[in-house]
Amino acid sequence: MGTHEPAFDVVGTRPLRPDGVEKVTGSAKFGADLTAPGMLVGKILRSSHAHARIRSIDTSKAEALPGVKAVITCKNFDKAKISPAKQNILCNIMAQEKALYDGHAVAAVAAISNQIARKALRLIEVDYEVLAHVTDVEEAMRPSAPVIQDDMFTVGVTPQPTQASNIAKRSEFGHGDVEKGFSQADVIIERQFKTAATHQGYIEPHACLANVTQDGQGELWCCTQGHFMVREVCAELIGMDISKLRVTASEIGGGFGGKTTVFIEPVALVLSREAGRPVKIVMSRDEVFRASGPTSSTSMRVKIGAKNDGIFTACEAELKYQGGAFADSPVQLGAMSAFACYNLENVKTVGYDVATNRPKNVAYRAPGAPMAAYAVESVVAEIADRLGIDQLELRLKNAAREGTKSSYGPVFKRMGLVETLQAAKVHDHYSAPLGPNQGRGVASGFWFNFGGQTCVSLNINVDGTIAIAVGTPDIGGSRASMCLMAAEELGIAYDNVRTIIADTSSLGYNDVTDGSRATFASGLAIINAARDAKAKLCARAAKTWDIPAEAVIWENGCAKPAGANAGNFAPLSLAEIAANAEKTGGPIAGHFEVNAGGAGVSFATHIVDAEVDRETGFVKILRYTVAQDAGKAVHPSYVEGQFQGGAVQGIGWAINEEYIYGEDGKLQNPGFLDYRIPVASDLPMIDTVIVEVPNPGHPYGVRGVGETSIVPPLAAISNAVSAAAGVRLTELPMSPPRVLKALEDSPDR
Amino acid sequence: MVQVMLWGSLTSFTEGRTALEIEAANIKELLERLEEHYPGLKPTLEKGVSVSIDGMIYNDAWFQPINPDSEVYLLPRLEGG
Repeated sequence: MGTHEPAFDVVGTRPLRPDGVEKVTGSAKFGADLTAPGMLVGKILRSSHAHARIRSIDTSKAEALPGVKAVITCKNFDKAKISPAKQNILCNIMAQEKALYDGHAVAAVAAISNQIARKALRLIEVDYEVLAHVTDVEEAMRPSAPVIQDDMFTVGVTPQPTQASNIAKRSEFGHGDVEKGFSQADVIIERQFKTAATHQGYIEPHACLANVTQDGQGELWCCTQGHFMVREVCAELIGMDISKLRVTASEIGGGFGGKTTVFIEPVALVLSREAGRPVKIVMSRDEVFRASGPTSSTSMRVKIGAKNDGIFTACEAELKYQGGAFADSPVQLGAMSAFACYNLENVKTVGYDVATNRPKNVAYRAPGAPMAAYAVESVVAEIADRLGIDQLELRLKNAAREGTKSSYGPVFKRMGLVETLQAAKVHDHYSAPLGPNQGRGVASGFWFNFGGQTCVSLNINVDGTIAIAVGTPDIGGSRASMCLMAAEELGIAYDNVRTIIADTSSLGYNDVTDGSRATFASGLAIINAARDAKAKLCARAAKTWDIPAEAVIWENGCAKPAGANAGNFAPLSLAEIAANAEKTGGPIAGHFEVNAGGAGVSFATHIVDAEVDRETGFVKILRYTVAQDAGKAVHPSYVEGQFQGGAVQGIGWAINEEYIYGEDGKLQNPGFLDYRIPVASDLPMIDTVIVEVPNPGHPYGVRGVGETSIVPPLAAISNAVSAAAGVRLTELPMSPPRVLKALEDSPDR
Repeated sequence: MVQVMLWGSLTSFTEGRTALEIEAANIKELLERLEEHYPGLKPTLEKGVSVSIDGMIYNDAWFQPINPDSEVYLLPRLEGG
């Protein structure tokens, strides 16, 4: 459904995906698929302690093992030369004075075989002084908790403490007077919530192949969401000029934010430099869970006051997110986004970023927002039930609109929350009958989206086809979208355009593919590069016709004289101009570089039906519908795929997935058998409604769609399960034991 | 002069004020003047912030113009997944 009907010929169609054949036949090259002559196997030794001082590391026995070509520790990195901004990255990829979590890298080897590399790891002797640890966010905030970082003094409180703690910062957002707002309320509901840490759950583990030659040149092949970021971070960590390191992004088997940093890449480069041979490192699934990702576990309090007519008078939230050993939680984004769906006079959110003995927190799709939305939308659902107001109607009464002062400050420009609520309301899912032990939940969600640094090239081949080079790894179909936008702008067929992800030596810097930015920012750049190319094509036609360039226009894929006075010439097609390029001035190409602003905000509303087995506590998702504002869906099938993928990840997060730590601080379930992500048989078909409210910041109205779809599911599913169970659930995941306990504790039992 | 709004926890560096009047015609000038007048903001600014101008959010876009009547918010640097 759309709120306008722009005239597009190619954009909005559903051509075959350009990477489809390679992906389904298995020939696509992922991170672990590349080999090199003389390649060594890299392996990393990881701490089995949650918190321990490293007294010494003796690598002599490993170094003496035949077949071992290099052994490295933190001593192989020059910490003093690393900028403050990257000290934590260095400390995470190779422990310094302390091991800060179970799985923290402490040493690495390169050997001629997997077996020898594993044996070498067992020969490395690490002398640990085991320290007290903490993995729970509330416990980590207590004054008695073991302090993980000696130099962590809480920022954002006055006066700043002089004693170190695990609370890295306190952040506050909002406007108005919440106390006054609550005093005006007819009904106030306040609840506490908890969510478990979850992993992004990408199927492809981190993998890379590094080769540093004796002249100091380096090449790196890796699976990443941002190979330019990898180049810059690795170059600094290993002390290499940026120009000497060339990074190529492989196909990527999922990232979801988890591949926006480095883990093994600098280690592989240093091993290669030491060994003088290429080194490949592929993480095991155990390593992926213990040492990459995950997102925060949280503890949250939400309070909402409303009048009897449903209008909110005040909203307040206190969010505590643990961000792993370096306190990298996305709590600020959670606090900013928590109430962004609502038009509020009085709102206040406070966030605490807390360190624990867990892996360094990494972005996970709309970082911080799903947990905050879970708590807020759960209370909104209770308010609706208490007041006897329809769930969607209550949200519509309070919905943010164009001109609303957002809960994080700026006034919203054109945006589509109301349209998603209306789409949900008229969807037949919302009025479908429910059976016994079944419940329906709804929730809305918000994500900021952003643009960022982007550089593209659009080359016109001599046969009139187009070769596009972008620097944003394709994690969700962006290559197809680039081809569609270029074809639209040039007036040619989609099949005549091919897009590749260029390596770091072939383009200017591109920010990481995150923030739902690739289709927005690279697309914006492609459109402008195509316009640049069109101007050059028109100039070539003008030269050919010997008329001024201003007298030529581009229309339907051809250069044409712009009116009777320009002369009477037959149009020249793109292919005809390209064929004569050598004779008319050489190659023709369009380029564009930008630090893109103007990414439009995005909203979604989800509807879920769930069934609860009252004997086992098992939750089954029966039906699921996503309505989301895409601005303009460039390739609707990919947009629907993003909507569905977000819902699926949300289902896993809501009912199954959970990092479980033992009393010893060790992760108990680092594998897909015990950390259960949803599989196809767990899921219903997920229906989608694409809402199109154009983003004024993009030539075609595009908004990012990749992240918003993960924001509403936790709340929508919890609301459905709570309705089915007849009791409010306040902790994720809603695993069978937790649902059973909630049923047993219910006063209605 | 433009009015720039800060998020709550920065007020400890601005004598409790969330709204500041700053002479700035673009983002570069805004960030320089903020650091000059409120040195306590320096670590936050150095770590990176986003700036919202009339509802559009920018990262490191020094020369993005700011009109005197623009709505300007300093925000924690936006990140994504």
